Amino acid sequence: MTAIDEGVLKLDPEEARRVRQERLERIGRWVLPLAIMILAIWLWDRICVWNEIPQYILPRPGVVLWTLYNDAGLLFSALLVTLRITFLSLLLAVVGGVGLAVLFAQSKWVEMSFFPFAIVLQVTPIVAIFPLINIYVDNQTTKLLLCAWIVAFFPILSNTTLGLNSVDRNLRDMFKLNGATRWQQLRYLRLPAAMPYFLGGLKIAGGLSLIGAVVAEFVAGATGQSSGLASRIIEAGYRLNAPRLFAALFLISLTGIVIFLVLSLISHLILRRWHESALKQER
Amino acid sequence: MMQENVAQAPASASDVAPTLLALRGVGKVFSNGVTALSDVDLTIREGDFLSLLGPSGCGKSTALRLIAGLSTPTSGVLDWRGGGSLDRSNIGFVFQEPTLLPWASVFDNVWLPLRLKGVSRAKAAPAVTEMLARVHLTGFEDAVPRELSGGMKMRVSIARAMVTKPRVLLMDEPFAALDEITRFKLNNDLLELWQDERFTVVFVTHSVFESVFLSNRVVVMAARPGRVFDELPIEAAYPRDEAFRTSPDYAALCRQASDVLVKAINSTAGAHHDGH
Repeated sequence: MTAIDEGVLKLDPEEARRVRQERLERIGRWVLPLAIMILAIWLWDRICVWNEIPQYILPRPGVVLWTLYNDAGLLFSALLVTLRITFLSLLLAVVGGVGLAVLFAQSKWVEMSFFPFAIVLQVTPIVAIFPLINIYVDNQTTKLLLCAWIVAFFPILSNTTLGLNSVDRNLRDMFKLNGATRWQQLRYLRLPAAMPYFLGGLKIAGGLSLIGAVVAEFVAGATGQSSGLASRIIEAGYRLNAPRLFAALFLISLTGIVIFLVLSLISHLILRRWHESALKQER
Repeated sequence: MMQENVAQAPASASDVAPTLLALRGVGKVFSNGVTALSDVDLTIREGDFLSLLGPSGCGKSTALRLIAGLSTPTSGVLDWRGGGSLDRSNIGFVFQEPTLLPWASVFDNVWLPLRLKGVSRAKAAPAVTEMLARVHLTGFEDAVPRELSGGMKMRVSIARAMVTKPRVLLMDEPFAALDEITRFKLNNDLLELWQDERFTVVFVTHSVFESVFLSNRVVVMAARPGRVFDELPIEAAYPRDEAFRTSPDYAALCRQASDVLVKAINSTAGAHHDGH
């Protein structure tokens, strides 16, 4: 639609302006944030130089990059530890969230009885629960997993529950008319109908499981038992090693962005043929 | 020519065909106190194309849901021929909206009723393919509903309802949301299908023209409370085609049905004050 050749098709000024506008917007969407980002990094660098800020307070961007390269072994092995917790907890959040949602979907009574517990678990700050977990659970990995899971499972549970309950009335009647069993209704109607909702929850849970993993490490790291990225950050903080602190922070953000992009891609691939959210705008 | 048609059309189905279902004194009162249906007596015969025609609120959709077994009557009985309720696999239902699975292909949507009965994709393929051909959708097997027009979606919905070869097809204002050109085309195709297979149709509509064009019997209903007001035999021969649509006979029958409908609407106290 935007690829109209103005030479072939005679466009009136209004349409021509719209075509130009769309082309500009398409370029701007990439160029603008990139330019601002580069400008910000340059400014950061200049501020360090102009004010002669010492490296242990605010390192120059170049130094951060250099540290990322220099400490790669240390940082990436720590990242791997954090990633393991993140993905495991996300996996458990999916299994637990969807499993509970399916259970809730079986009967309004079950949902009414147990949903409040899920909410209580969700609204209580994980940092406040951790000391308890520390007492009850011995295994370090289990501790971290439990923490990250508590943070990540709720959006999946609540979204999937909403999705399972959002089935078109007529479709439900149609299944009933055709003598569908409970299981068939779940398998062929409710689960597919809940897919867009589940994927929306998954996108949120992906970010949350990373945050959960890092926060859990922080709390656990305070007692010196962890080796993930968070403990590297704490360590670097004690040593006033600001460049490494920044490098670790950069890695965490990057990981979060990658997780989000991957989950968005998965969601797009699954929904692209039928769901409104994944369709290209045609007007 | 049309005169002859009327003369030789003692609507064969309604005269000789045996009773398929009799509604006797059927009423439905909802928990909010609304009487959707009151004391409905209605006999549906094998091979009927019966239209339930009436204003909104006359309980025609409720009647259809009762027949489908999606709802149970508060009073009265539904007497299926041979006693007891007809097996649900003998009923096809077409909703007002196409009501398709948006994530499934056209083929899979039509396969669904068979799939729910445990028929594998491969085993169902001949029936599904044949049904899609009958509704003129060959070549669209792999399309998903959003890629189809409103009329095509409705065709898929009809194919899905018919794939199990039901004896009764219940249709709840299936073409109400379509434009007139598409609606006419679907009317023709539905009649063709009905004449080939000779199943029984109960067709809910609020269009006089549609009910007269399609049916051999038009049952006019009135509202508040929902009830059967009158019945009108449409004694015009099938096949009915575009020539019938423009014939004086058709116009006369429409006028007749319209008059009855107006009477039905006026029979409801105060109903003519609120415009729909």
